[in-house]
Amino acid sequence: MTMSFLALAQAGTPVEVASGSNAFLEGLRAALGEHLPEWALWLGAAGAGVALVMGLISVVAMFCVWLERKVAGHIQCRYGPMYTGWHGWLQSIADGVKLLLKEDMIPRDADRALFMLAPGLVLAAIVAAMAAFPLAPGVFFADLDLGVFFVIAMSSMTTIGVVMAGWASNSKWTVYGAMREAAQVVAYEIPLGVSLLVPVMVAGTLNMNEASAAQADYLGMGWFLFKNPFMAPAFVLFFVAALAETKRAPFDLPEAESELVAGFMTEYSGIRWSFFFMEEYAAMFLMSAVAAVFFLGGFESPLTHFVGQAFGKELFVQGANGATELNLQAIPYQAVAGLTLLVKTFAGIFLMMWLRWTLPRIRVDQVMTMGYKYLTPLALVCAIGAALWEAGKQALSS
Amino acid sequence: MEATDRLFYGLVGLASLAAIAACTWIGGGAGAAFGLFAVLVLAGSLTCIWERSVVRSAFCLIGTFGGTAGLFLMLGSDFLAMSQILIYVGGILALILFGVMLTPPDLTERKLPRVMAGLVAVGAGVAFVAAKVAATVHWVEAATLAEPQHETEQIGVAFLAYDQYMIAFELAAVVLTVALVAAVYVARRRKIDLEEEGAEG
Repeated sequence: MTMSFLALAQAGTPVEVASGSNAFLEGLRAALGEHLPEWALWLGAAGAGVALVMGLISVVAMFCVWLERKVAGHIQCRYGPMYTGWHGWLQSIADGVKLLLKEDMIPRDADRALFMLAPGLVLAAIVAAMAAFPLAPGVFFADLDLGVFFVIAMSSMTTIGVVMAGWASNSKWTVYGAMREAAQVVAYEIPLGVSLLVPVMVAGTLNMNEASAAQADYLGMGWFLFKNPFMAPAFVLFFVAALAETKRAPFDLPEAESELVAGFMTEYSGIRWSFFFMEEYAAMFLMSAVAAVFFLGGFESPLTHFVGQAFGKELFVQGANGATELNLQAIPYQAVAGLTLLVKTFAGIFLMMWLRWTLPRIRVDQVMTMGYKYLTPLALVCAIGAALWEAGKQALSS
Repeated sequence: MEATDRLFYGLVGLASLAAIAACTWIGGGAGAAFGLFAVLVLAGSLTCIWERSVVRSAFCLIGTFGGTAGLFLMLGSDFLAMSQILIYVGGILALILFGVMLTPPDLTERKLPRVMAGLVAVGAGVAFVAAKVAATVHWVEAATLAEPQHETEQIGVAFLAYDQYMIAFELAAVVLTVALVAAVYVARRRKIDLEEEGAEG
């Protein structure tokens, strides 16, 4: 597996970034290689990468909690949190401190080991998935050839954690929540994957950086959404399936406050409870990011295009003596590209929140009907249609 | 926790630590990784057999599947590893759990003869696999094999090329579809059943 922990972190060190070697490890080796053994360098690089991903997830979750409360407030003609800092921006931090200090309660009849393991498993899976998120074209935790497949595989592991939490709590509400989660995720994984096949087919790659770069034509507006007539319906299908995968309303059946108290996390409190929330928001962020990269152009926009033309794109260039050097001039491009992806991702998150406060929760049988009878066949039609379109295009051009 | 449970988990834990230490001693960093994944597979399978509650057994399979994915990763097969996680942990295990979650645990006392029979079965299986591996694997060749390149593409091409696996691949899909339709047919509620229920209620 080609790993490259935060390629930016080793300014000036001659490393082969293009080949995908671990740049952070190389940087560490150059700095401390004489004093530390090889395994310590490995552990240091891995630890730094995990810490960075954890930090990213925490910040994203805290910001999203605040955003959700503000969006909910304004949709319902309220203000949302207002007292903690300017427009309540410190609210999430205050809540985090409260959650850390809360008593850690485990029900007497719960399966202790599994009850304690479940939130950790959920969080571990989403941290692993987050490693594939590219921060900018030249700045990433891990440049995986499998990219989006890795994200989907890892986020499917969170299901097991949720089912584990529900069963280990040993309460009827949680078990119902867990059963719904298992049924729902198995049903919606198929349309999710199949609708994602459409842009993957057009891009010819699963790598998120390469897929984004393939949309740079037409002044940065060559988004996959406009490149194939089957892409727009596939995008809608993907978005609906992603809502169901991330347990967001109107598909939040596993939680369903009105029926199941709080669903699978009824018995959780304090920091373990907040792990589930971090997972939910990180999963929303990841799904929106995948949608942005594979349908909405990723890093590419007219602004990115012109900044890239004006300042140059490559973060690492071949220097005079043949060594790879950090190209400081490319930093505006990298920053604009990263911000473009962030804006697109948060637009997706905002849409998810908007839908949550607009649509009522649908019934469990409606969820199943929609997944199996409508989304799956429609996704298959989209995939076959897009494949035929691409084949026809190739036949005409050759 | 019973005394036998404690003994079992203690033994598994000690054996796991010893195995990882031995692998690290022999192979360094790569050996440690191999030891970790192999221990995950073996310990997951053993606890899966040992646990009295079906659901806990199913959860033990996370270790088995995850460890297998790790071994695939070590062989340079990223695609297989991720498929292993996506299909087995995310799909099949969720389905197994969905099926067994409402099964009550069998808390009757462990019957020692059965444990012995299980041990004999496990021993026989291990002996068979070991003999098979010893007979077929050429270790010297295996050590010099290069890591697969562009593996995802190769797998895709192999599944779609006429002269390779296309027919087997399509036939497998047909078999699975037939099985799915058959399962729905067996499980569906027929009109007669519904009428009988209506008459009773």
